[in-house]
Amino acid sequence: MITLENVTCAYPGGKQVLETINLHIEEGETVGLIGANGAGKSTLMKALLGLAPYQGKITIDGQELKRDTLAEIRKTIGFVMQNSDNQMFMPTVYEDMLFGPMNYGATRKEAEEAVEEVLEMLGLAYLKPLYNHKISGGEKRMAAIATILAMRPKVVMMDEPTSALDPYNRRRVMETLKKISGTKILASHDLDFILDTCDRVLLLGEGKLVADGKAEEILSDGALLERYRLELPLSLTRR
Amino acid sequence: MDAIHEMASGSSPIHRLSPGAKLLLTVSFIMIVLSFPKYQLTGLFFFVLFPVIGYQVAGIPVSTCFRKLWVVLPLVCAVGIFNPFFDRKILAVIAGVKISGGVISMLSLMLKGIFCLMASFLLVATTTIEEICAALRKIHCPKMLTALLLLTFRYVHVLLEEVSLMTDAYHLRAPHQKGIHHSAWGSFLGQLILRTADRGSMLYESMILRGFHGEFLYAENKKYSRLSWLVAGFVLLLMIGARLVDLTALLGSLL
Repeated sequence: MITLENVTCAYPGGKQVLETINLHIEEGETVGLIGANGAGKSTLMKALLGLAPYQGKITIDGQELKRDTLAEIRKTIGFVMQNSDNQMFMPTVYEDMLFGPMNYGATRKEAEEAVEEVLEMLGLAYLKPLYNHKISGGEKRMAAIATILAMRPKVVMMDEPTSALDPYNRRRVMETLKKISGTKILASHDLDFILDTCDRVLLLGEGKLVADGKAEEILSDGALLERYRLELPLSLTRR
Repeated sequence: MDAIHEMASGSSPIHRLSPGAKLLLTVSFIMIVLSFPKYQLTGLFFFVLFPVIGYQVAGIPVSTCFRKLWVVLPLVCAVGIFNPFFDRKILAVIAGVKISGGVISMLSLMLKGIFCLMASFLLVATTTIEEICAALRKIHCPKMLTALLLLTFRYVHVLLEEVSLMTDAYHLRAPHQKGIHHSAWGSFLGQLILRTADRGSMLYESMILRGFHGEFLYAENKKYSRLSWLVAGFVLLLMIGARLVDLTALLGSLL
């Protein structure tokens, strides 16, 4: 589904953010992307969306990421941003949800059907007529996820989906993720969340892919996590 | 800005008019008002009725316009402030007070500015920015310009949000100060530009990731009754009529 071959990212000015990343993600996998601040998680996700300059080869759903395949690839990957305020720009949740599908060629009727379906699946029908600036942070995060799901992407990618959420909303996000089929890539510092939701974990350290394996194995390796400025998930320390 | 978004989502008869018709009326109103000669104050007075009736029908208090635009109003009123110094020809005497051409032209400019502002605000308060841009695209306005208009509108929104956040953060650490001390103006402005540029680019990324390519498909598909254009045509005829005939002077002469 997603293949990265020798992907290197450097921002103008020469700062190397990602160094020779090679990985393959199968269709339907739920992959956790972990690493300390500045490890390159967000840059890796931006590179997959064609938003960060990179060298190497990225292939998504059989298409190499190039200027002329960018639109199709962005339709394939739905990206939920860390800050929902930066993601939701239309006046109401409903209008925000219609935005993506209609831009990608759906008729208004098709888009409305997709929106209704997603709202029902997530139990968010009550958010439909509400103004984005009047809903709480947790609701906004759920609405941001809904706007992306309304596009029916094959891959859902989320940057820090549980940051700044209370336990109830955190659980809602986790439950939502379990309802979503397809490939998921979740970047987070919340290792308990990663442990609960992901089958596989990619550990980034100083721009390199330093570990790639089963979530339980990597997240229970205290020495490895500590080396890369992370800590064991709380649920594992209590055992 | 959020309040304007909310106002624009209302359901009054003005809200239900086609955005194209509202755009046509607003542009026509502005052009007609600006076409008045500088000394023709009486003809101009009548034009206050158009925006005021518009506000009434839309269910928006006229005072809202002035409250929201209080920052711009002094600038609008300042246009022509020097006219009385340059144009001293006496054009009228009212109750023994000599009124120079400069004073009349200054008042005329002020009224024109205020009326145009009222009409523009009425358009923005009854039509979402997406609908305005979609209407502009329908008349083949270049994609680049409509995208620029949309992004500028969003940038102003971000700018106001960030100003509010930064001002709050400043006052929390400088509780006994009124306003922002001039020594902090430079860094405040610099940070504001950096923060808004950052957030602005993230918003733009969010738009392009969801397929935005300069078209306003999600706003275009709404259906509007043809009655919109009939109403627009009727109001436009009234405006043209009021431009050709000085109704205020006519009423004055009848009294």
